[in-house]
Amino acid sequence: MFGYEFYVDPSRCIGCQSCINACAECETHRGTPMIHVDFLDRTNTIATVPFVCMHCEDPTCAKVCPADAIKKTEDGVVQSSLKPRCIACSNCVLACPFGIPKMMTELEQMMKCDMCYDRTSEGKRPMCATVCPSQALAYVPREQIERLRREKPTNTFFFGKQKVTTKVFMMIPPEQDALSVDVVDYMWEEKA
Amino acid sequence: MAKPPLPVEALIDRYGPHLNYVPPGGWRDESRHPAQKLVKTHCCFCGQQCGIQLKVRDNQVIGFEPWEEFPFNRGMLCPKGVKRYLQNNHPDRLLDPLLRTETGFRTATWDEALDFTASRLREVQERYGKDAVAIYGGASLTTEKSYLLGKFARVALGTRHIDYNGRLCMVSAGVAYKLAFGVDRSPIPWSDIPKAQVLLIAGSNVAECSPITTDYVWRCRDNGGKLIIIDPRMTPITRNADLYLPVRPGMDVVLLMSLLHVILREGLEDREFIKKYTTGFEQVAESVKQYDPKRAADLTGVPPESIEKAARWFGEAERAIALHARGIEHQSKGVENCSAIINLCLATGNIGREGAGCAMITGQGNGQGGREHGQKCDQLPGQRQIDDPAARAHVAKVWGIAPEEIPQAGLSAQEIMNAIHAGEIKALFSMCFNPMVSLPNSDFTREALDKLEFFGVVDFFLSETAQHADVVLAGSLQEEDEGVVANVEGRVLHIQKAVDPPGNARVDWEIYCDLARRLGKEKFFPYHSSREIFDELREASRGGHADYYGITYEKIDRQLGVFWPCPSLDHPGTPRLFEDMKSMHADGKFRFVLTPYRESGDPVNEDFPVYLTTGRVVSQYLSGTQTRRIGALVDQYPEPRIEIHPRLAGQHGIKEGDWVTVTSRRAEITLRAMVVRTIRPDTVFIPYHWSGQRSANKLTHRTLDPRSKIPEFKVSACRIKKAENPPDWAYNETVNKT
Repeated sequence: MFGYEFYVDPSRCIGCQSCINACAECETHRGTPMIHVDFLDRTNTIATVPFVCMHCEDPTCAKVCPADAIKKTEDGVVQSSLKPRCIACSNCVLACPFGIPKMMTELEQMMKCDMCYDRTSEGKRPMCATVCPSQALAYVPREQIERLRREKPTNTFFFGKQKVTTKVFMMIPPEQDALSVDVVDYMWEEKA
Repeated sequence: MAKPPLPVEALIDRYGPHLNYVPPGGWRDESRHPAQKLVKTHCCFCGQQCGIQLKVRDNQVIGFEPWEEFPFNRGMLCPKGVKRYLQNNHPDRLLDPLLRTETGFRTATWDEALDFTASRLREVQERYGKDAVAIYGGASLTTEKSYLLGKFARVALGTRHIDYNGRLCMVSAGVAYKLAFGVDRSPIPWSDIPKAQVLLIAGSNVAECSPITTDYVWRCRDNGGKLIIIDPRMTPITRNADLYLPVRPGMDVVLLMSLLHVILREGLEDREFIKKYTTGFEQVAESVKQYDPKRAADLTGVPPESIEKAARWFGEAERAIALHARGIEHQSKGVENCSAIINLCLATGNIGREGAGCAMITGQGNGQGGREHGQKCDQLPGQRQIDDPAARAHVAKVWGIAPEEIPQAGLSAQEIMNAIHAGEIKALFSMCFNPMVSLPNSDFTREALDKLEFFGVVDFFLSETAQHADVVLAGSLQEEDEGVVANVEGRVLHIQKAVDPPGNARVDWEIYCDLARRLGKEKFFPYHSSREIFDELREASRGGHADYYGITYEKIDRQLGVFWPCPSLDHPGTPRLFEDMKSMHADGKFRFVLTPYRESGDPVNEDFPVYLTTGRVVSQYLSGTQTRRIGALVDQYPEPRIEIHPRLAGQHGIKEGDWVTVTSRRAEITLRAMVVRTIRPDTVFIPYHWSGQRSANKLTHRTLDPRSKIPEFKVSACRIKKAENPPDWAYNETVNKT
């Protein structure tokens, strides 16, 4: 889908796991979801974050693969490992700065989000971004996200000294602010 | 008589809930045997009624595809919508009628089951009178089925007792909107939400109970709108709230009156609007004087400065919207809470304009449509009052009977159960309702069901309630019949038939027609299709407030929904009500309504010092008859947990994952603790989707709002303690996976 990009906005996520359930309905890996939702710390916060593959320009997973099994398509989608090559060593699982690849031990193969290559190549949006009720996952033109959203997109990340540029964008707050998440902080109580 | 014929464990072993994980033919089957057609229809679950396309092959639903052209949800779906297709081809599905025996249930032919049902209903009525039989309906039924069930009760059986599970859902809001506006519908289309400058959400866990609405809320925020949340819990949408008001359970009306207090004190009201278009303002203005923010803070647990700020934001906004749901409605003063929200909107002139107004977030699939056309105990089709002579005359004419033959208003859902318990109602015919899970005080409900002389059920699975039945008639799922529903906005939608009912299961309305024939009322039920029922409904609703006369299946398909009222075939429908600044009362005025505070019917005290409130989780729907049978949804939240603040947990030595016994004035249950800072320390929360020893509704009480007759699910009193041992169910639980 020309001009469409993938945007992840953790601040919109409601933890409903629609994306996981929908990912498991995708034809190429039906029954096995390739993405996940983190409940950061349910005791202390309602915040949740959905994780799809960020599709790095220079993918760490591919760089550390001893079998050269991880390939990027011409349009920048980093794919699951090639089954004939993958030796199931889990190097990619350990190395990915975003924690995305999954080792499917029963298949002896690393699999991960391929941004619904089967769908986007047919002009359909990725399954997770289509169903996401909060549009924390969105697949829309850049112009649209900039016009409509209050958060702003970025695709540059720093992990220590490693700079990572990605095909997928993360929405970040227009200004940073701390959010307290204890109900007590919002309550009125007679102070003894 | 209506005790389960076998131990519940044996019935569950045979009839489920079992978990269905995999589509027909397995995960890999679709690539070899692709779908033959995509059916554009709607999700079978909540009141959002999201558009969805079902993949169908060989009369089986094998998957789904998002429907991005449908304007309400534009392809978005919650996990229930994504997995809803797995209710089809389910191993628990009832494929034949069942008759109870000494040792369980046996399958029966339709003739045998229907003859038995009709003769038992007739016997009970001959012996005890017509009103000894009651009918329960449900708000997941299509509008055609709801309409026909109302007609079946009044014409085929002649009983005045028909009510439905919407009595546990929308009725407080319905009464309040009728009092203020003369009509029971949200006045705004959802497309107004992103245009509001201030969005107040009271008692609504939007993210889990109406997930698609989250996107509308976030778009409001993207546009610069401020978000105010009133809730004893921080639910997921609170993560982006600009102001969070953690109200003490049952104190909503005080908080809302205090907001109006500040608005009036600061002169932020719209005097011209009030003068020209409303009545009753002076009394309401007088009534809120007592609730200055300091006093309200003491009562509600919300800081005075938060009350001040919320009131200023709401009062100063040019366009403000207030949304509300079960949190404020499930109270013995549910009507007052909703009226207080409406009073805020009327005082600030927020009605009849784009981006301004109030709306109830209807919960059930056809929560709106199912309450408009006659399965409520006091209403006739078109949202007409059953005690209005003109309404009776109109409907009697459409039905071909004399007006005096239409019974007067009957009892509401909980009152029917009370009357069964008291021995006044002897027989119950129920569909689309699982009171063993959904009514309060479930031990009382079980005792009542055990007293029935005859209990007939129409259902597609053997629900916890159907386990008590004498006869279970195998009915149809939503995707097995055609019809209409109205979503949360009052937008009438077309449910397409995707597949035929499997085995010997039948389309529901055919079941009533066959029963009517056996009751000698055949000529009043001559239908051959849902469309014929809809056409009669259009006439029956004509001229009423919920006027469907101008709506046709084709028009719905063409416009992707038609908002009622739609009085003529060339009328486009009415997305936003009151644009002419006239209510539907005879005088055309909007009415302020007094909202006095009353104590809960189950007050906290020394013995029961903790508030108990109940609600839903995102992966389950209502009593769980459908969603507790879908593997992925059960895995997402497998068992009810009790949410407790660390402060309260610490006082009882309770840690995350500990077993906790919760005791109310009615019963006790033992569940695992979920220790979270996202709930008030004086309150615990339990989701209610489960049955038996895991049922939150064992604890809740039967106090009703005096006008809406809604039970007070959201405010009970309890005490908690750390359990010494896990409950029996934790040992016995066997999960059967398919």
